[in-house]
Amino acid sequence: MSTVRPFEELSTRDLDFVGKPAVRVDGLEKVSGAARYVDDLDFGPDLLHAEIVESPLANGLIQSIDTSAAEAVPGVTKVVTGMDFPFRFGLYMKDRYIFAQDRVRFVGEQVAAVVARDPKVAKRAAKLVEVTYQELPPILDPIEALRPDGELIHPELGGYTHVPWFYPHDNTNIAHWRKTRKGDVERGFAEADLILEGEYRVPRYAHCAIEPHVIVGLYDHSGRLTMWSASQSPYTQRHLFAEALAPLGLSHKDVRVITPYVGGGFGGKAGVSMEIMGAALATAVKGHPVKIRFTREQEFYNTYQRQGVVARIKMGVKNDGTITALKHILNWDAGAYVEYGANVVNAAGLSATGPYRIPNVWIDSKCIYTNLPPGGPYRGFGYSEFTFGLESHVDRVADAIGMDPVEFRRNNAIEESDTLAYGAEMNPSGLIEAIDRTAAAIGWGKEETSDDPNKAIGKGFAVFWKAPAMPPNASSASFLKFNEDGSINITVSGMELGQGYLTAMAQIAGEVLAVPPAKIRVETPDTDRNPYEWQTVASHVTWSCGNAVHAAAVEARQKILDVVHRVHGYEEESLYLEDESVRSSTDPDFRLPLRDFVIDGLEDTDGTFKGGPIVGSGKFMPEFTTTRSDPETSQGGHPNVHYTVGAAGVVLEIDRETGRMMVKKVALAVDVGKAINPSLIEGQITGGIVQGLATVLYEDMRFGDDGRLLNPNFTDYKIPTAHDIPEETIPIIIEVAQPDGPFGARGVGEHTMIPAAPIIGNAVNDALGVRITSMPITAEKVVLSILTEKE
Amino acid sequence: MDISVTVNGDPWLLSVEPNDVLLETLRSKVGVKSPKIGCERGDCGSCTVLLEGRTVRSCLVLSVEADGHEVTTIEGLDDDGLTSLQQFFVDLNSFQCGFCTPGIVLAAAELLEEKPNPTREDVQEAIGGNLCRCTGYAPIIEAVLAAANAAGRAAR
Repeated sequence: MSTVRPFEELSTRDLDFVGKPAVRVDGLEKVSGAARYVDDLDFGPDLLHAEIVESPLANGLIQSIDTSAAEAVPGVTKVVTGMDFPFRFGLYMKDRYIFAQDRVRFVGEQVAAVVARDPKVAKRAAKLVEVTYQELPPILDPIEALRPDGELIHPELGGYTHVPWFYPHDNTNIAHWRKTRKGDVERGFAEADLILEGEYRVPRYAHCAIEPHVIVGLYDHSGRLTMWSASQSPYTQRHLFAEALAPLGLSHKDVRVITPYVGGGFGGKAGVSMEIMGAALATAVKGHPVKIRFTREQEFYNTYQRQGVVARIKMGVKNDGTITALKHILNWDAGAYVEYGANVVNAAGLSATGPYRIPNVWIDSKCIYTNLPPGGPYRGFGYSEFTFGLESHVDRVADAIGMDPVEFRRNNAIEESDTLAYGAEMNPSGLIEAIDRTAAAIGWGKEETSDDPNKAIGKGFAVFWKAPAMPPNASSASFLKFNEDGSINITVSGMELGQGYLTAMAQIAGEVLAVPPAKIRVETPDTDRNPYEWQTVASHVTWSCGNAVHAAAVEARQKILDVVHRVHGYEEESLYLEDESVRSSTDPDFRLPLRDFVIDGLEDTDGTFKGGPIVGSGKFMPEFTTTRSDPETSQGGHPNVHYTVGAAGVVLEIDRETGRMMVKKVALAVDVGKAINPSLIEGQITGGIVQGLATVLYEDMRFGDDGRLLNPNFTDYKIPTAHDIPEETIPIIIEVAQPDGPFGARGVGEHTMIPAAPIIGNAVNDALGVRITSMPITAEKVVLSILTEKE
Repeated sequence: MDISVTVNGDPWLLSVEPNDVLLETLRSKVGVKSPKIGCERGDCGSCTVLLEGRTVRSCLVLSVEADGHEVTTIEGLDDDGLTSLQQFFVDLNSFQCGFCTPGIVLAAAELLEEKPNPTREDVQEAIGGNLCRCTGYAPIIEAVLAAANAAGRAAR
């Protein structure tokens, strides 16, 4: 395998495919109806369907389960309960059971499952499973869960296995506590001319990918387990299936995960959630494929939810606008199980300074169990959540010292080589350029008024950053092979979630091999065939897998040049690829089409053939990262590979009578290092802003006092329609190269929704002089604030 | 009970239950997979098909209601490849995950059939019942308007 080489292409020649707004390679499939998602695959008449029996309680002890009535229903194949699978699983912390054991911890938790040939029969029979509970009072608020005398949601917490960078506090509801300490925060406050404190609340949110979770499992008669999964994480799923079901004798080689196209993920299909039930059920009905397709309701309450957070911020500044100290306390409502969500808490705990140069920092990020559905990854991975409070607070601080908030941000913006809160150095960054270009795009500093006296216009601004949150050894691999006609097939195991990853990989390989992306097919994962990828999360696949694909292409190119050198005698240094051919700088007449030899080899003067099928393999692992650090300060490690930074601004029109808000203009600048495909990045910006604006303007998960989600559908949990979009969106792409990225690229997908919430909060304040500190900032809240202000 | 339905030009004789919905019948009995199951209550629009040329939520239509009628899905929009509208979706990268795309393309096709020169607001209205979580809609609206413009140019 070749490893990454310097990106000589950057300096030595113009690029043919990278940096161009290429048409997506999955377009024809997706607009013709040919694209297949898991639920579209046929499994024949033998397919079984499973219905899940769910907990009606947010907190309770299971006293008995009687499955006899359900089992007696004609057509029922199998009924399983937690007794059949007493195994824990989890990505970063093994705190979750396949089915509840002696206790339920949220409304909707899986307690049992009924399998039948007809889904209607399964549904009817599931109602006949009788579960008796001893009801316990639910703990729905993270602050309440911190009470020293409170109930423990996981009394066994101290015995759970977890990654070494987590610090659970035994005999509390704190599953992980990330502490970051830099400098001396009290001295920093003492040096400040002004200290401002504030509290900010962010509720839970739902991903709402339009495709629900679907899993099909087949444990065949030879004992191999094949799973067809709507997932962002085929290899991680394989590993967790194998690990959780190891007591049944499964080994990794016997587990195969196939992931066709996925209908949106946003973090909700990362790791393993409901899929573990599919794997377990498959082993219970050996020889028959079994499917679980979540309903939209289940999608809301039993996959992952974005965690809520209560943030307390204390910031000290000098009158000249220099930040001297930041204390940021994040209390996370992490839900009933935190096997994935605890790492969201961890990521925020390392980076809740935002992209600022701050000498004295104190961050506490606490992962707190509650009796609400499991929290987990959602586009932004903790940064969307803390950025609302931080960037609202920064505006208030700037206001308090009488400084323009954009100038304030500019003054404190982090730059390359600055020391991060945990001691490592900041990567190259175009933050200042992002600030300046965003401010210009929204006409910052120019007051705008509406012709309608009932309408107020405000402008809001925010900066953002985000690093991929990954284990230090998260890696990517790629195989590449040429075909007889010079076209290429590439296998990788990142997922095409819609972001255009397959297209970006084709552009990277095409650039190295001088083959147009349209002649490259990049396959969706099958863990039997495609090489390893950790997961498609963290906005890291363009960077990480892009490096692996680049390495595979470089290896293939080397083989091409080698065989041409051997047969035609040109010095290797003189050979290069152009227009699907090999050329020589010493012989302008030499042009050898790739299709002539990439399978059949080259005929030598003696009639023998040299070379053979051209294949390449590549891999990438960031070999410079480590999570080893002092648990009391987080100093000493290098947990993040790099940060992607940017800025956003909005022009917001508000109806003073109704509170209705119209986004007249929104601009977002992001430093992507190198835009592999500018059109796809604009797509990320346009889509991410709308998703982010919805979280601040109207989306909101509402729970009853019993912990039941009250709005688990699109009627009551509104997501944006075509009517709910900004009048104008201005995407701004900034390119300050990431030295270890493919052609200089770094990740971008998640970042585009991170600043949406604070720009609205800041614009409302700018327009009306009212500060709303809890999300969402609905029309109702705006009107109430106006009325309160009048009184 | 038995129904006879024409799907993308092909006649089908199907045996269905009275409470079967058209979406499931199309997917499991006809084998047409482009109408997607997203919410099963008419909220998301990913199951949109054309019934006698008009968009319907196939999750809310009983299969028996389609008896004697013609159903078109995105597979049958053009006999021979892609319509100009579909081609603009490809050319302008007007989709991401693709799950909502069949329904949205059909909603847009109905609009262009009825109103060849739609305004931006017309497009927003036409696809207003089709949820897309990825694109932020703007690229979709651009594709529909571009298709309308191209058709207008061709007609002149």
